[in-house]
Amino acid sequence: MTDTANNDNIHYPRTVYVQRHSVVTRVTHWLNVLCLSFLLLSGLQIFNAHPELYWGHYGADGDPAVLTMGSSGQGDGLRGFVRVAGVEVSTTGVLGVSSFEGERTPRAFPAWITIPSFQDLAAGRRWHFFFAWLFLINGLLYLGFSLLSGHFHRDIAPTRSQLSPQHLWQEVRDHARLRFPKGQEAKRYNALQKLTYLVVIVVLLPLMVLTGLTMSPGVDAALPALVDIFGGRQSARTIHFITASLLVLFVIVHIAMVVLSGTWNNIRSMITGRYAIQEEGPNT
Amino acid sequence: MSRILTRRNFLIGSTLGISATALTGCDLLDQNAGIAEVLKSAERLTMKGQRLLQGRNALAREFAETDISPSFRVNGTSAPDSEEYAALSEAKFANWRLKVEGLVERPQELSLADLKTLPARTQITRHDCVEGWSAIGKWTGVPLANVLALSGLKSTARYLVFHCADELEKTLDGSGRYYESIDLVDAFHPQTMLAYQMNGQDLSVGHGAPLRLRVERQLGYKQAKYLMRIEAVDSFAGLWGGNGGYWEDRGYEWYAGI
Repeated sequence: MTDTANNDNIHYPRTVYVQRHSVVTRVTHWLNVLCLSFLLLSGLQIFNAHPELYWGHYGADGDPAVLTMGSSGQGDGLRGFVRVAGVEVSTTGVLGVSSFEGERTPRAFPAWITIPSFQDLAAGRRWHFFFAWLFLINGLLYLGFSLLSGHFHRDIAPTRSQLSPQHLWQEVRDHARLRFPKGQEAKRYNALQKLTYLVVIVVLLPLMVLTGLTMSPGVDAALPALVDIFGGRQSARTIHFITASLLVLFVIVHIAMVVLSGTWNNIRSMITGRYAIQEEGPNT
Repeated sequence: MSRILTRRNFLIGSTLGISATALTGCDLLDQNAGIAEVLKSAERLTMKGQRLLQGRNALAREFAETDISPSFRVNGTSAPDSEEYAALSEAKFANWRLKVEGLVERPQELSLADLKTLPARTQITRHDCVEGWSAIGKWTGVPLANVLALSGLKSTARYLVFHCADELEKTLDGSGRYYESIDLVDAFHPQTMLAYQMNGQDLSVGHGAPLRLRVERQLGYKQAKYLMRIEAVDSFAGLWGGNGGYWEDRGYEWYAGI
């Protein structure tokens, strides 16, 4: 920095490019996008086969449900609803009842958001389990690489100063005003970013795998502790659904942040690795 | 600059394009035999992975009486629709016989009374439907291993096929007849049984009277009801759709541990 600062030929502010993401991070990121997309949409297909969630070891029609997506009435009077903890919300057109091939049809999630679009549990399961394996292998590669290469330690673990209450509060206020770090500060993730990524990588994604496995009677026989941890197969199914919803929420915020803090710069850095930083110059 | 813009537009455009066509594309891909094969490769991986984790004898969890579901949903066929079954049911299954044949040393024809004289086992287990629901019930019956001890198995036997009395889909060729199959690992698993009682009562017609299969480490559709005949085979390729079961012939996994 000191060399260039003395060079009169450099005009500030100027754009410098840094290598933002390693090739492993970039490849596993996009494979993860692919896997999670297929897992979500085929997961909704699977959910549609029995659109009720329970708590505990068992749960079927007639048992008390935590969440129900259903329909009532017939013909033109067909209406869809979502019932959570006894509170019923009308969702006709989207959830419970939606149009399929021009006809009002009772189905939990609409055809435009499930794989395949038509009701086919067997096909949904095939897509789901194929991408579940790919997701698992991809995730393990990423975790292994990140731990060994120091990516976690260097880029994702928040520093002590980042975790101070004053600093965190300042970041919350900056985010609320859509003011994002510039210059040198933009080279690293901010604390809110680091904490969010940590929750996704260390909590939500592993929770998806573990609750998914707990729904398998074969895995339950091999690893009975899983059933105890989640309080039963039906609880695991409910947690699987809630965690998936949280991941959808994360993706929405993630994409919003990508757009608000420099769409093309962010996307390019995740494709080619190059990330542009505006340097303000030595005197400012 | 223009070059970057072009590349940017290309990348953004192609990303949006791919996302938009992905959903409709999946329906088409789904009907492509090659793609279906690739997706199905995960089933072999799942089975190998689970068998490795389980070993031969890892048991499915057994619950207490107090854990039993207040109601246990009747699924699939609720009553087989044939004169033959009606007559058997009418006579309280006194004339029913379970045939054990195929690649066995000593073919058997066992009455319900014969089965009840064999050493029995009772287990309270969770029944997991492929649709996502679960119910806990108490099953009493003969471990399948005890029946196989009577019949013996030829060395070429690799699978047991369970032929049922119910037709879940009415077809002219009989391909709607329910059947299931398991391999010898599951056949000799200590919890694999031919159950004649549920929750302390003789099996009701809805739950598969007079005899149903319990394979506790797999999903509900493997738990074949209304058993009539057990056939030891070296391959199920020649049976009906060739996939080893009614639901398997309709796209579901033969290994239903997940």
